[in-house]
Amino acid sequence: MHNFTPIASLAGGILIGLSASAMLLMEGKIAGISGIFAGLLRPAKRDLLWKACFAAGLIAGGLLLKIALPTAFDFGIVRPYGALIAAGLLVGFGTRLGNGCTSGHGVCGISRLSARSIVATCIFIASGAIVVYLVNHTLGGAQ
Amino acid sequence: MKSALISFLSGVVFALGLGISGMTRPIKVIGFLDFLGAWDASLAFVMLGAIAVYFVAHRISRTMRSPILAAEFSIPRRADIDARLIVGAALFGAGWGLGGFCPGPAITSLASGAAPVAVFVAAMAAGVYLHGWWAAARETKAQSETASIAAAAADA
Repeated sequence: MHNFTPIASLAGGILIGLSASAMLLMEGKIAGISGIFAGLLRPAKRDLLWKACFAAGLIAGGLLLKIALPTAFDFGIVRPYGALIAAGLLVGFGTRLGNGCTSGHGVCGISRLSARSIVATCIFIASGAIVVYLVNHTLGGAQ
Repeated sequence: MKSALISFLSGVVFALGLGISGMTRPIKVIGFLDFLGAWDASLAFVMLGAIAVYFVAHRISRTMRSPILAAEFSIPRRADIDARLIVGAALFGAGWGLGGFCPGPAITSLASGAAPVAVFVAAMAAGVYLHGWWAAARETKAQSETASIAAAAADA
């Protein structure tokens, strides 16, 4: 585990938790990014403002990272375009069908002890692991 | 106005958390999902940190009548585990493992200006629309079936 970064990852996780907590306690909203993204693409008047502001904040935060922590965008592995397109379609379709992603199910849902979110998180980690196994160990495409 | 600012700042903090934790780097994500290879357990610590904080926030929210800046909590209440949840999570996980990006890090990484991220996000948007069409088509089909059953019942 030469890349193991438990302290940075824990610290980043705490920031993610604080952000999601602020959305819950101040605004009563679940900080689920796939729902926010879809809400901007298929806008419903009711939730458009906070979703647009949150998404703008993500990009602004990304710009801050670009200046202050450029290594955050050392992707390390960049799949070919065909694979990225397939991956994006799967992520977009799958998160709508399953009502959430790593943030909504993996963080907010698990913390609420939601059975749906616990099941969803186990499944998406398992299916992700299967795909990584197939790509890295049978197709030999580790990098 | 205050609510818009809080949403924006929460987005900023969320993005910083993703960047600091390693979630914006597919090599970390794929390393975490590579249980049978050189497993990188770091992302388990992201979940640990985030869940520890949010668990407390959720407990606090249950003692509040309403959130500070809004009239009510908008919290999902569903408890049923249906096929859509299972299939949806499986498809999402497959895409996550294939590309190394989930929605939050992908949107945050748009700021890097890297073309592959933009392509991934565009495909993700297409996936959302594809689901919208699919869901609408299913609903129309279900409605016309219900209608034809009703018509048949009326004939009889």
